Amino acid sequence: MSAHVSVSGLRVTVAAAEGGRAAIVDDVGFAIARGEVLALIGESGSGKTTIALAMMGYARQGCRIDGGQIRIGETDVLALSAAGLAGLRGGRVAYIPQSAAAAFNPAQRLMTQVTESARIHGLLDRAAAERKAIELFRALALPEPETLGERFPHQVSGGQLQRITAAMALISDPDLVILDEPTTALDVTTQIEVLRAFKSVVRERNTTAIYVSHDLAVVAQMADRIVVLRHGKMQEEAPTAQLLAAPAHPYTRALLAAFNPPVRAPDAPPEAAPLLEVRGLVAGYGPAGRDGMPALPVLHDVGFTIPRGSVLGVIGESGCGKSTLARVIAGLLPAARGNVKLDGAELPARVADRTRDQLRRVQIVFQSADTALNPARSVRDILARPLAFYHGLKGDAARKRVDALLDMVRLPASLAERPPGALSGGQKQRVNFARALAAEPELILCDEVTSALDAVVGAAVLDLLGELKRELGLSYLFISHDLSTVRSICDQVMILYFGRRLEYARSGAMLVRPMHPYSDLLIASVPEMRTGWLEGAAPAHEATVVRNAAGCTFAPRCAAAVPGLCDSTPPPLRQLSKGAEILCHLDEATLRHTQPDDRKTP
Amino acid sequence: MRRLSPVAVVALLVILAWAVAAILAPLIAPFPPGRIVTRDTLADISARFPLGSDYLGRDMLSRVLHGARYTMGIALVSTTLACLMGVTLGLTAAARGGWFDMTASRILDAMISVPSLLAALVVVSSLGSSIPVLIGAAAVIYTPGAYRLSRAVAVNIAAMDFVTVARARGEGTLYIIAAEILPNMILPVLTDFGLRFVFVVLLLTGMSFLGLGIQPPAADWGTLVRENIEGLSYGAPAVIMPALAIATLTISVNALIDRIPGAGQGDSR
Ligand SMILES: Nc1ncnc2c1ncn2[C@@H]1O[C@H](COP(=O)(O)OP(=O)(O)OP(=O)(O)O)[C@@H](O)[C@H]1O
Ligand code: SF4
Ligand SMILES: [Mg+2]
Repeated sequence: MSAHVSVSGLRVTVAAAEGGRAAIVDDVGFAIARGEVLALIGESGSGKTTIALAMMGYARQGCRIDGGQIRIGETDVLALSAAGLAGLRGGRVAYIPQSAAAAFNPAQRLMTQVTESARIHGLLDRAAAERKAIELFRALALPEPETLGERFPHQVSGGQLQRITAAMALISDPDLVILDEPTTALDVTTQIEVLRAFKSVVRERNTTAIYVSHDLAVVAQMADRIVVLRHGKMQEEAPTAQLLAAPAHPYTRALLAAFNPPVRAPDAPPEAAPLLEVRGLVAGYGPAGRDGMPALPVLHDVGFTIPRGSVLGVIGESGCGKSTLARVIAGLLPAARGNVKLDGAELPARVADRTRDQLRRVQIVFQSADTALNPARSVRDILARPLAFYHGLKGDAARKRVDALLDMVRLPASLAERPPGALSGGQKQRVNFARALAAEPELILCDEVTSALDAVVGAAVLDLLGELKRELGLSYLFISHDLSTVRSICDQVMILYFGRRLEYARSGAMLVRPMHPYSDLLIASVPEMRTGWLEGAAPAHEATVVRNAAGCTFAPRCAAAVPGLCDSTPPPLRQLSKGAEILCHLDEATLRHTQPDDRKTP
Repeated sequence: MRRLSPVAVVALLVILAWAVAAILAPLIAPFPPGRIVTRDTLADISARFPLGSDYLGRDMLSRVLHGARYTMGIALVSTTLACLMGVTLGLTAAARGGWFDMTASRILDAMISVPSLLAALVVVSSLGSSIPVLIGAAAVIYTPGAYRLSRAVAVNIAAMDFVTVARARGEGTLYIIAAEILPNMILPVLTDFGLRFVFVVLLLTGMSFLGLGIQPPAADWGTLVRENIEGLSYGAPAVIMPALAIATLTISVNALIDRIPGAGQGDSR
């Protein structure tokens, strides 16, 4: 079989700081047969997107394609004129970006935008293009395919919009489709539907595709072959099953290892004295009504206990209120109801009413290392401030302490004089932790602290968290949307859904069925690192937001919902024998019946 | 720091030249600005009078140099005042939010809807024209614009996680403003300062041209244009030179701030 797409000796360079040019993609070559899906996998900065863009003859600002050959069918892409390239893009090569929202014009109807490229390139007339779009909507399992095109982008969900970009890309029957991290921004339960839809259209239409991702498990579902990239160079290329079963290159093995962090036994006995106790928390945004309830309630009756020296994981989809919870505990957002106790003493609701010592004991670390460090100040200044603020350290003592803090987070002291802009993502996140540690806290609220990091870097930060916890006896509230991350570090887990605590369990019991139906859905939606998982996974319901529903919030998506009960009556709190509390109408026996244990758990 | 473009370098040199001229005017001006030195009024350029003479026969070069003191001095002081007030209010509004932000934004937005020349005319005609009144009027008129820009920039910075971290640490509003927010908005504020300086120069010279600004015998560049306006019909340098001075200064400031690497755009008022 002759290659449909072939790349050889591809080299992309940027102007280097010392003059001359540095290669960001070096000597990359691969071939893709018609109907084959090739994955490019690697961490950020490994050159994945650069290669993907080069396939369209495009180089980002400041970059230049310096050598090599790219053939798509009979076309030599790098030899094309500007007009030739314009014809190529959107016609014969289609690109599906990470953020669907950015690809759409908010003011135009979806149908106009989906059919635009086919009409511009004169491939189809309007009626034919619209017929084809509806056909694609149906193939992508989008709701109401006939009328969906009448809607505007904001009238569909993020997952649906991502599928619509696929329709946009496939309308012109391109020779090559490039998918650049198309599900990275989505929640697991949404991702699974999008992956399923992508996979079925790609197979059905015998589409040739390049799938760019940092997530090996996702790629395992989509790709026939995988190319592993690092620092712009190819490390390994192999058929998917072979690469997963027998990775040849050490870097591939590191990637695989980072995906499945070892689950450790809880260190702290849950009987340790409670450090943080939260009861009946109700909080939200907007002006408070007469009953003291905020106009936009986010958290409803959330309670938990964090024993000293232990870690509580908080899991939930985007918008379920995880960050809101951290803000309430940090005193940034006063709760409408409920209370927070630290070491048995009630914490005032607002930062302004807390004592300096209370403030010192609870620190917060954010997801985006980029925006969490003041770009105008050096690392040393950033770390010195909490030392002066909480401990009155100045001068030489402060210098020594900053160096010690950097050492504690495994950073060289030479970094201290740099501005945050001169640090990598992982280094910034370590400085973030060092700043929290400077206070000598007892509890650190970690809000998605590894989500913005690559798998290998994120795994190293998690290791650091574990070590610091053991060395310093810290406790964490660890917020994440990623189950495997939470499982690798937490002692207890709380699962939030639209601000309600649906399940609260020991980490070890989290995967034990029966569990709450939502936990079941979440766990079943996490892609496994094996081919063919997607085909076997149970279909999930579309996420629908029913705020202030009378019954169970999860009812619209629940496969086990009891009509007439779940949608009208709030579910009671139930104890499960595995040692968990759930909010559900179904008792343990019934749940067991709906969740046979023979299904594989990750 | 990236290098300035050639245009920016030229603009900077022009601005510096005017600044030096304004400072050194008494030393470098060939004649006292008020003395009548020739009978030849509205005369053309000559070796003795490089910029010609005015309608009374005074040396134009000396008058333009001294005019720079009024125009640039008053503009500098009023712009500084306007930016100080605007940035202080804007930062406080962004850092405190709540009722302060709401009240300040309402009032200043209402002020911004009054045309600046109209506002200046009303102030000057009710209080009489003097340098302090001109400075005060220009400062007050341009405060809302400076407020709006600095508030918008500061609100964006205040929403960043490093500010949230500082709040959670227990830091006071003053520290958050001075240490966390302000250092990150210097560039946009400087750009805005330049823009506002241009507006004030134009307002001031405009007022003087209408006879409501600097009163004779003192003269800024606007007054110089007004005094010698009868020379316009035969292209006397006495009317062209001050106009050129205004143009070179304002265009240079504009060109420079447009080319500061990484600077944002101020609002267009
Ligand atoms: N300042 C605010 N004003 C109004 N609504 C807000 C505000 N901040 C958050 N919300 C809303 O509150 C809800 C919960 O937000 P929150 O940030 O706690 O979610 P999250 O679980 O942290 O999500 P993610 O995983 O995306 O970070 C969302 O619906 C969000 O839109
Ligand atoms: S209460 Fe009903 S809808 Fe809610 S999770 Fe339980 S079974 Fe599902
Ligand atoms: Mg969040």
